[in-house]
Amino acid sequence: MANVFAFVETRGSEVRKVGLEAVTAARMLADKTGGGEVHALLLGPPGISAKAQQLGQHGADVVIVVENPALANYNPEAATATAAERIKSGGYRAAVFSTSAQGRDLAPRVAARLGVSVVTDVLSFDIQGQNIVVRHPMNIGKVIATISMSGTPAIIAMRPNVIAPAQNPKAGRIENAQPAADPASTRVKVLETKQGSRDKLDLAEAPVVVAGGRGLKAAENFKLVEDLASAFGNAAVGATRAVTDDGWRPHADQIGQTGRLVSPELYVAVGISGAVQHLAGMRTSKTIVAINKDKDAPIFKVADYGIVGDVFEVVPALTDAVREAKKHH
Amino acid sequence: MEISAVKLAVCVKRVPDMDVRFRIGADNVSVDEAGLKFDLNDFDAWAVEAALQLKDKNAGSEVTVISLGPDIVQETIRKGLSMGADRGVHLKADKVPFDGFAVASALAAELKSGGYDLILFGKMSPDSSNGVVGQMVAEMLQLPCVSAISSLEIASGKGTAKRELEGAQEIVEFPLPAVLTVDEGLNTARLPSLKGIMAAKKKPLESKPAQLPQPQLTVTRLELPPERQAGRIIGEGAAAVPELVKLLQTEAKVL
Amino acid sequence: MANDFYNLDSVLSEEERAVRDTIRSFVDEKVLPVIGDCYIEGRFPKELIPEMAELGMFGANLPEEYGCAGLNNVAYGLIMHELERGDSGVRSFASVQGALVMYPIYAFGSEEQKRHYLPKMAHGELIGCFGLTEPDYGSNPSGMITRAREQKDGSWVINGAKMWITNGSTADVAIVWAKTGDDKSDKSIRGFIVPTDSAGFTAKDQKGKLSLRASDTSELVLQDVKVGADCLLPKSGGIKSPLMCLTQARYGIAWGAMGAAQACYEEALTYAGNRVMFGKPIAGFQLQQQRLADMLTELVKGQLLALHLGRLKDAGTFSPQQVSLAKRNNVSVATDIAREARRLLGANGILAEYSSMRHMANLESVYTYEGTHDVHTLILGQAVTGLSAFE
Repeated sequence: MANVFAFVETRGSEVRKVGLEAVTAARMLADKTGGGEVHALLLGPPGISAKAQQLGQHGADVVIVVENPALANYNPEAATATAAERIKSGGYRAAVFSTSAQGRDLAPRVAARLGVSVVTDVLSFDIQGQNIVVRHPMNIGKVIATISMSGTPAIIAMRPNVIAPAQNPKAGRIENAQPAADPASTRVKVLETKQGSRDKLDLAEAPVVVAGGRGLKAAENFKLVEDLASAFGNAAVGATRAVTDDGWRPHADQIGQTGRLVSPELYVAVGISGAVQHLAGMRTSKTIVAINKDKDAPIFKVADYGIVGDVFEVVPALTDAVREAKKHH
Repeated sequence: MEISAVKLAVCVKRVPDMDVRFRIGADNVSVDEAGLKFDLNDFDAWAVEAALQLKDKNAGSEVTVISLGPDIVQETIRKGLSMGADRGVHLKADKVPFDGFAVASALAAELKSGGYDLILFGKMSPDSSNGVVGQMVAEMLQLPCVSAISSLEIASGKGTAKRELEGAQEIVEFPLPAVLTVDEGLNTARLPSLKGIMAAKKKPLESKPAQLPQPQLTVTRLELPPERQAGRIIGEGAAAVPELVKLLQTEAKVL
Repeated sequence: MANDFYNLDSVLSEEERAVRDTIRSFVDEKVLPVIGDCYIEGRFPKELIPEMAELGMFGANLPEEYGCAGLNNVAYGLIMHELERGDSGVRSFASVQGALVMYPIYAFGSEEQKRHYLPKMAHGELIGCFGLTEPDYGSNPSGMITRAREQKDGSWVINGAKMWITNGSTADVAIVWAKTGDDKSDKSIRGFIVPTDSAGFTAKDQKGKLSLRASDTSELVLQDVKVGADCLLPKSGGIKSPLMCLTQARYGIAWGAMGAAQACYEEALTYAGNRVMFGKPIAGFQLQQQRLADMLTELVKGQLLALHLGRLKDAGTFSPQQVSLAKRNNVSVATDIAREARRLLGANGILAEYSSMRHMANLESVYTYEGTHDVHTLILGQAVTGLSAFE
């Protein structure tokens, strides 16, 4: 029986969806390796302990709660030290992180500190003999690698949105702990944090992504995309590299080979031609809809459903229709 | 702002052009390299550019480009030299391991006694797509690390950088020496000038065996993802919208 | 995605490939986004000159001691190939600056002239043009009537007119070829570095071009233009001097034409793969496949021809007649490839957002300048038979 560690990502006093995904994944992994315990590490500001129950609901046997005012935002040095120390002392078979911006920074640091390897952007995992085996996309998603991990603990960072958070209630027994490094005295200091809108759904987590490209002609016309996203209610807004390079949208919204990789349930491409480097960022979406006035645009080759037409006519009509459909839901 | 010479290292990786249809090799654990064109990857090019811009601003600075792999990676090191870097170090290994920990160990062994003020990496290389080596090297060298930076300033022994997290942007300050990994948006990489290409041949490039540990990760299989089922254009203009909504509800079941 | 059907990369050195890659990136990032509009507007994108200079494109095969890149001739050819993949007008600018202005200064100039002009020209600080062709003397430059008369104080007074001069209206200096003797003999032809702000010198753009529109093409008029003795290119003499320059430029054009051809072929191939007609991409139809196969074949042949010529030039063993063969062939096949690509593109092929028709129109100028196709035919005819059929 092997215990599995889960790092639960938080934002302020909230547990992020990817954090629940990590706990669910850890639970699945523990069950595959003979039903060991899941220990979830929850770092946050004072009061974060209130979230421990939710983690227990998702399969955590133990929730290690570390509260500190200087943990209100992601604190790489304190998080690395605390996670590494706990993983080391806990003798876990595996440790599950998330491949979020935070997780990409944190998981490799923890792995290096423990002297083991790490695989990020994990699509699925399994056990083969003594090894944990994971699948991981390479070459901008054009090749899928199956990787056998021989080290212990096996550190993996899950791709967001591939494991659905699942209720699987366990004890969720709280252990209070201290950070292993003083979160207030780090070598790297945060001078300023500019918060984005809190209620904006993150691209990697949103079930629906509506993205806009050059076909929108001007930055102001992104309103069309935003309106369609709000009609869906659970959608995030993305953009192509062309429009982020031109400054119409922030770089963080860019979906593509060098930007964000997303796998939502539904991806709506508005005025996007479908350049290879953009497709690399969204081609694993479950359903793709494309709206473009050029019927030869490459996007139509990957779209499940395409509408050839003027985005300025089609998108408002679609927004109204989606709003209607949601009303009757 | 004090201008003082800085010693910079950039670790780079040679990767194939991603704009192709890949084929899996006969051994099922590697990509068929026939017909592939290789180059310095974009993220690493931005890292080299960042180092060169610091060198331009701080007289007397020196930029070293380091790469691990078979002899052919010397071409990639020379690309860095042709952009303006001063020297190259080739850590010789028959193959580049997938295992970022192994790569980081070999790089850290080389970097340890280099006395570098700043060690730069690209955020990730598009082939292995793991994005771990820079952070791991920082841990191994016990240096402060800021990953995925999109802006950078250095002055008298410290630096500031901007990085993105979900839903937020941070401005951070860090002491030197430090390790940074570079994201898109930091800069646009300069093209090697023709004189730079000629000069690169004359710059020092040292080759030595890489000190690689046994990898803990093994690629046991590579495969192509399933082809998406061909979709269809369902109609033209706003008139096609009702049909689309119906299909999203009934067929795709996403609405 | 670049085509390399015959793996030419495997016979290029690392430096040659690196040079090709730099120019290719420059063209993709800086030239292609603006060149369609420039062509329609009828202007050369002058704003690109500083970056072209900084990358080292001007006089790239001239020695480092004069501020140039010191590349071999294959690398020089690759530069022309990649520039013309962008546009013949852009490549013409570089050809003129390098092969027709910097080269004559290098080959026929005094050491002071070389040290004064070449570094500035390499840096794009001074732009030049080449004044050989006249309104009534194109294929027969020996018949030129521009005259330069030596004065008692050693200065020269030049009178005449030149036509079809690339960069004429932008140039700071013009390399003007003029007869210095009293008779019609071409033996007295010599070259002069004429500052274009000299009194009596005017350059006027020729309007109404339907080809090479992204290029300045000018008439030059010299009316009692006086230049100092230090403006004469001392080692120049006879028609051979300007012809040597033309040989340099023609060499680059043999490469450049294949660059234009490659752009057209790749555009046609991509288009054919995406354009659906009768339920399948047109790339699946026999007639289009034949077009593509023919284009590809001539493209590969022309590139191999240029490459071998470059190796001969680097070995110091090439001849002007060999250059004639390559220029003649490559420009001719490139015009065919461009036309066939235009046709494959169908109605879309007449739009400026596609490049084939622009290349097609440009290549008509390239067919005619630097020795028309027909002139090169006769050069080859004379070379192999020993008999001149020029008159």
